[in-house]
Amino acid sequence: MKQTTFKPTTLLERIDWLMVFLFIILSVIGVLSIYAVEHRETDLSFIILSKSYSKQLIFLGISLIVGFIILMTDSKLFTSIPFLGYIIGIVLLLLALTPLGKGVKGSHSWLNLGFFTFQPGELMKLFTALSIAKFLSLQEVNFSTLKHRLMCAGFALVPSLIIIMQNETGLALVYFSFFLAMYREGLPNIVLVIGFSIIALTLATLLIPKNILFILLTIIALGILYTQRKQLKRSKDLLIVVAAIWLVGVLFSQVLVPFAFKNVLKGYQVQRIYTMIGQDVPDEYTRDGVDNKKQNASEYNVSQSKIAIASGGFLGKGFLNGSQTKYNWVPEQRTDFIFCSIGEQFGFWGSTLLILLYVTFLLRIVHIAERQRSQFSRVYAYGVAGILFFHLVINIGMTIGVAPVIGIPLPLISYGGTSLLTFAVLIFILIRLDADRQMVLR
Amino acid sequence: MADFTQDRSNYIRILFTIIPVILVLRLLFLQVFDIGGYKQAALGQAVYIKKIYPPRGTIYDRKNVVMMNNSIVYDFVVEPKKIKEDFDTTFLCKLLNINNEDFRLQFKKMINKYGWGIKNIAMYRNLSPSAVARLQENIYEFQGCELVEHSERNFTYECGGSFIGYINEISAKQLEKEKYRDYEKGDYLGITGLENHYEEVLRGRPGVQYLLRDVKQRIQGPYKNGTLDSNAIPGKPLQLYIDAKLQKLTESMLANKLGSAVAIDPETGGILAFASGPTFDPTLLTGADKGRNLGKLLTDATKPLFNRAIQANYPPGSTFKPITALVALDEGVINPSYGYPCGGGYYACGRRIGCTHTGGGHARNLAFAIANSCNSYFCHIFRLSIDAPKYKNVHVGLQRWNQYMTDFGLGHPTGVDIPSESGGNIPDSNYFNRIYNNNWNSCNMSIIGMGQGEVLLTPLQLANAMCIIANKGYYYVPHFVKSIDRDSNHTLLAPYLKKHQVAQIADSAYNYVSVGMMEVVNQGTGKIAQIPGIEVCGKTGTAQNERMINGKRVKLQNHSLFVAFAPRINPKIAVAVCIENSGYGATWAGPIASLMIEQYLKDTISAKRMPLVKKMQNAKIIPNYTYIIDSIEKQQAIERDRLKRLPKDSLALINFKKDSIRHIDDSIKAAYYYKRYFGLKSKSIN
Repeated sequence: MKQTTFKPTTLLERIDWLMVFLFIILSVIGVLSIYAVEHRETDLSFIILSKSYSKQLIFLGISLIVGFIILMTDSKLFTSIPFLGYIIGIVLLLLALTPLGKGVKGSHSWLNLGFFTFQPGELMKLFTALSIAKFLSLQEVNFSTLKHRLMCAGFALVPSLIIIMQNETGLALVYFSFFLAMYREGLPNIVLVIGFSIIALTLATLLIPKNILFILLTIIALGILYTQRKQLKRSKDLLIVVAAIWLVGVLFSQVLVPFAFKNVLKGYQVQRIYTMIGQDVPDEYTRDGVDNKKQNASEYNVSQSKIAIASGGFLGKGFLNGSQTKYNWVPEQRTDFIFCSIGEQFGFWGSTLLILLYVTFLLRIVHIAERQRSQFSRVYAYGVAGILFFHLVINIGMTIGVAPVIGIPLPLISYGGTSLLTFAVLIFILIRLDADRQMVLR
Repeated sequence: MADFTQDRSNYIRILFTIIPVILVLRLLFLQVFDIGGYKQAALGQAVYIKKIYPPRGTIYDRKNVVMMNNSIVYDFVVEPKKIKEDFDTTFLCKLLNINNEDFRLQFKKMINKYGWGIKNIAMYRNLSPSAVARLQENIYEFQGCELVEHSERNFTYECGGSFIGYINEISAKQLEKEKYRDYEKGDYLGITGLENHYEEVLRGRPGVQYLLRDVKQRIQGPYKNGTLDSNAIPGKPLQLYIDAKLQKLTESMLANKLGSAVAIDPETGGILAFASGPTFDPTLLTGADKGRNLGKLLTDATKPLFNRAIQANYPPGSTFKPITALVALDEGVINPSYGYPCGGGYYACGRRIGCTHTGGGHARNLAFAIANSCNSYFCHIFRLSIDAPKYKNVHVGLQRWNQYMTDFGLGHPTGVDIPSESGGNIPDSNYFNRIYNNNWNSCNMSIIGMGQGEVLLTPLQLANAMCIIANKGYYYVPHFVKSIDRDSNHTLLAPYLKKHQVAQIADSAYNYVSVGMMEVVNQGTGKIAQIPGIEVCGKTGTAQNERMINGKRVKLQNHSLFVAFAPRINPKIAVAVCIENSGYGATWAGPIASLMIEQYLKDTISAKRMPLVKKMQNAKIIPNYTYIIDSIEKQQAIERDRLKRLPKDSLALINFKKDSIRHIDDSIKAAYYYKRYFGLKSKSIN
């Protein structure tokens, strides 16, 4: 432990300006990217209120004002509101499912407040992050107990389930990113091992024919038994464990996954998963309800996106010269596929630079997290990092065809007021908490 | 505990680094190494390559009268996939001024032929100006439809269809050929005539514009600021030797006649007039109904698209006699004062060869023989030429004669600058060996001397032969084009700038023949061709001709021929005219040739001769049996076609044979009837 001497410092000195700088530069890149997509040679002026980039600029202004207000707020406020906010958030989420909600493209995740429509699911990220931080920092909570672990997971999974009901799978998956914070706080490795095993087994089930997979699993099980035969002589427990795992694996791949694909997941979700692994949906999983249009649309988006990014080459076509992104070749290019605009205009070096900025951002947050005295701030910081990371990887991954198209925005860059404002609030609260890192907040 | 948390935060740092690195690697493959070929796809999608068609070269006559230029026309182009359900067909048909049902039918046909996926297919070509005006205002209402402009050929002087030819869209077969590698689907190219021969200069070079378009195919602006664009280079203009006024007169006189007329400037070999009858309105070869018109012209019994001036092989008849005379003079077997005692027939070879003149002394010397067109005289001097003692052998003599003919540009295509020229026929000893089983002498072919028998010439060859006589021994290959883009030494014209020297025949021989030909006009068979103040040298020809019909050789009405050049001293024009099946040379071909000469040399026709012009223009000389022959030929073609497609089923074969026998019976009956009603002699071969 370093010996810290108390020095009266001003708030301005305690603020992490690198974070503020990264926030502003990424947001400005966002506005310019949307501008590049929408700009036409015939435009008379830069600010045209009907265009998205102007709106985004206004939202950036609002975000900065909100950020300023947050910085001016006493950080104790943030430790006092989480559970109340969480409950309000859940109510709003449920309200969106009622007729009060507004349906957009088949999802029911929007609330219309008359002057403003927003997604409670976005706002809920903030309350969930604060609540998990609050929960874990409660003195009576011991994270090494199963009960508290399950409760903590519940904080993330409850909104996720409601959002799945709202038909916003992408947003729901974001809530799984809170496991990152939980991992940091001591979630056992075995949970992750099992999690990864399930993912690996699912992929294998999708990619490898059933019978061959069965044989493979059996060979692996027998292989383990053979290599461990000496230990096996000593105790029969290993045999039981291996046999149990083998049985679970076989049941999972032969029964559970096919059942889930046939009856639980929606047709388009099955489609997206197969698109991600570059396979056609097998006949056994196709539904009557899912027409080929949807299937083609999803594939079309990804292939157009790849075309746009690839056409940028190493150096890119130059600012405002993106022929693919400018002329609407890529669907949803202002929002989910905004990365295409950067990939096309600034090429490989520009894309890499952007990813580098994000990585700097992420590592800075981890750095900030680790220097907190209060567990609350640390857990919260990891929550923010997890959300950012998940968004970054899935969004860029889907534009270059390595992740399923689940429709989540690129943080700070994609067009969308709610998204920008949510990230701004998440980040500025972190900056505010970090400014009080010497205090122990509960 | 500290170690454990430290480890986990480091693991998280590693995770935050490794996964973005994977993304960067993926970008590296996508953007830098272009795995998957997405870059090319981008170019194909957003960049629209627009071809800009230059106007084809203008064609001028010798006096810079525009004979052919371009006019802007519009095609109605559709992209079936883009047509929406609310498409107002009725309104469109009203604008296009077509029947609703026709439109549907046409659309169906198009879909059947090309499928729904076809892009930008021209549904209606060359819309009328009024339809274009109506459509232009409303085209935005019809999604998937477009008006595309392109230039269409335009016969401004309404003549010259037979040699200028026409253009059409390039066919799928042509596109596969190496020669047309610069062409793309939808490009036009010259199919016949000058349009075909001078395609490379007339076409110009299409320009390319790279344009950016958005996802709805709307053009957004130039790609890379137009740095890749290339301008269209217009086709080069051609100037012809043709005299447009003369051409028009010639065509008008060949209306409703089977035949042709060619006039050449002997000094340059430039073709002054060139017509093939029956002449047709050349504007039929352009415009909206081009396809239909071509179909009609092709199936017409009188075969207007058969370019008789270069494709028809005629026995030259008496018009061949000056050439026979030149050969005989050069071989030294006669001199100009040589005479033959013709009493109305030539009996030296046993069978009588008739001569139209019986008066004593009508062939008392060469000039008289030419003037009176004595058959006996020329059969005789032809025999003298090939039996010349210096050759000792008639085989050698005939080969020598064949060489003369080759020098005169006969027996092979002259090389005129329009395609599909025929070479005529000049027999050689091999031919007679085959026919007569190596046992023949000059008697077997004496009628060649008077232009009958195996000698077949095209009117162009005849006119060229007249040029040789006019020039006293040389010619330039007949050609239409004087200059390309005002450059008369263009490489394409090189073959026509070469002077061809004909066998070293003395000038005096030409002089004697010219005088004889002048006498033809002055006092002989061709008096009709006299033009006051001009010494016209001419020769009439009345060519007997036969045709194989149903295995029988049928003798048809004589062809009327006339060849001429004028003036005798320093000739400016050489003419050959042939009117099929119309009788004596002096009746039809003579006046036409004479009027052509007058028009060219005086630039007008004297009032005194205007009635003659009217008579020539109004006469319809198409024998009725032309239609019968055509119908029989078509019948035979159908039968051949049926035979080809005959199923192997034997019953069908028997039925077909029965049918076929009936057809042949009918044909024989038809032959019998026209023999009876049109007074034709029929004689079977041997």
